[in-house]
Amino acid sequence: MLRLNNVEVVYDRSILVLRGVSVEVPEGTIVTLLGSNGAGKSTTLKAIAGILGPERGEVTTGSIELKGRDGWVRIDHRLPEEIVRMGVVLVMEGRRVFEHLTAEENLLAGAHTRRDLGAVRRDLDLVYQYFPRLAERRRTRAGYLSGGEQQMLAIGRGLMSQPRVMLLDEPSLGLAPMLVEEIFEIVKRLNQTEGVTILLVEQNAAMALTIAEHGSIMENGRIVLDGAADTLQNNEDIKEFYLGLSEVGARKSYRDVKHYRRRKRWLS
Amino acid sequence: MEFFFDLTVNGLLVGLMYALVAVGFVLIYKATSVINFAQGDLVMFAAYGAAVMLGLGWMPLWAVIPVLATGMVALGFVLERGILRPLIGQPVISVIMVTIGLAFVLQGLAAILWKAGTRELPLPVRVEPYVVGGVFISPINVVAAVTAILSLVAFGLFFTRSRFGIAMRAVADDQQASMTVGINVRRVFALSWAIAGIAAAAGGLIWGNMLGVDTFLALVGLKVFPVVILGGLDSILGAIVGGLIVGLVESIAAGYLDPYVGGGTKDFVPYVLMILVLFVRPHGFFGREIIERV
Ligand SMILES: Nc1ncnc2c1ncn2[C@@H]1O[C@H](COP(=O)(O)OP(=O)(O)O)[C@@H](O)[C@H]1O
Ligand SMILES: [Mg+2]
Repeated sequence: MLRLNNVEVVYDRSILVLRGVSVEVPEGTIVTLLGSNGAGKSTTLKAIAGILGPERGEVTTGSIELKGRDGWVRIDHRLPEEIVRMGVVLVMEGRRVFEHLTAEENLLAGAHTRRDLGAVRRDLDLVYQYFPRLAERRRTRAGYLSGGEQQMLAIGRGLMSQPRVMLLDEPSLGLAPMLVEEIFEIVKRLNQTEGVTILLVEQNAAMALTIAEHGSIMENGRIVLDGAADTLQNNEDIKEFYLGLSEVGARKSYRDVKHYRRRKRWLS
Repeated sequence: MEFFFDLTVNGLLVGLMYALVAVGFVLIYKATSVINFAQGDLVMFAAYGAAVMLGLGWMPLWAVIPVLATGMVALGFVLERGILRPLIGQPVISVIMVTIGLAFVLQGLAAILWKAGTRELPLPVRVEPYVVGGVFISPINVVAAVTAILSLVAFGLFFTRSRFGIAMRAVADDQQASMTVGINVRRVFALSWAIAGIAAAAGGLIWGNMLGVDTFLALVGLKVFPVVILGGLDSILGAIVGGLIVGLVESIAAGYLDPYVGGGTKDFVPYVLMILVLFVRPHGFFGREIIERV
């Protein structure tokens, strides 16, 4: 469904961050991309979604391809709105809801690329079925929602574009364990019931490997290990490094979130 | 006391017009973070456009208005595309300098195209004031207020109901996240300039009629600064309240002070107010609330 072939990404024309990443996400599966903070996971997802531009990043070599009706098409060097229209949506790290818009307006913004208004209404109801709490808070401005609700809103907003592939960047970040479990369950259901193919980036490796079929481990801009999720779960290195490290990682990446917020107005 | 009511009512009516033009300014700032010093010059340009078209006598007013609005939308698009888009990512100060440069270019262009000298912009509005309960109300002020209210309501509906309105607000909140949902951020930028163009068209028609059309008309547009400083650079509601306050204050100040100082109070009192507000509330009274969750 989606494959990256030897992708390199450079920021500011000088900082090489992805050093030849290849990942394959088969149709209908959940693939997880694991790795410690700064490995290049978010960069990978942003490269796929075509939103590196604002951060002065660029895919310099390799290709990103999506399977369309008539075979594989390259989606690198396309505009982000084209990529969304082709059925790939990114739910960014740190939730990034539109704080001054109501929950429902956030969802409608998620459907921006669509013209089939009747179907948009139906999908709105579908999102509310998946996230009943959002239905209750549809008129609340997103900035006032709790962290868990914001994460649900971010995922729901992604769903509103009717994606075939959803890229999820650390949906468990900063959430209480119970909420994390709830979110993961919903992700699993979206995959099974709605047939959405999912590429899931996580620091919470233990959790991610329970719902994914496949996993890749990233370090320093390279995939250093990949395999079936249950194989990875039993791998000694992974047990030691990732199943233990997630706490430290979570704290570090929280700093990232703030960093992104500062950069928010990049276009001015 | 009746004199006071005259000043209040007419001040508020004019204030609505300030509000409308300030909304054009706020929109650009909200969506693109560009401080547009040329908003007043857009107003002037629109006024020239209207005066010239009416002066030719080819078209009646009802036909001139849509042509003017379309022309100003087109001008907004062209300015965004030609001048501001290449500056994306450049320091804020460069962008400000460019809008100041743009202001003077528009003034120069108007002078070259349409010659110096003040033109009339006749509107079919009666001159003798209405008298309502002993209060004298100037008809053009009523027209101004109705135009402003209709436009503001239309903008309000656009922002809350339409696909692009929601997209504009989304971009104002988070540009990169907007891109992830497939919003074309640049198109939104262009759109905010187009809407500012429409607001300028309304302002140009009304003020062109009240003051006559020449390049000095651009100065009226500079009243957006006290308005938006009062209301907060990025608040639409603030622009409306700020407009009303500025209209009110200048009307009352002019009414009571002009006889002593020989006129001209209107032209500086709003700026005095602006400076005072900056001392007390640097972000205005309605500046973007930073949502802090607990
Ligand atoms: N906009 C940017 N400009 C320069 N370097 C960046 C930028 N964004 C991320 N990086 C760097 O790229 C590396 C990978 O970052 P990222 O993809 O966010 O990692 P992860 O999501 O795995 O934590 C880090 O070293 C980070 O400092
Ligand atoms: Mg990351």
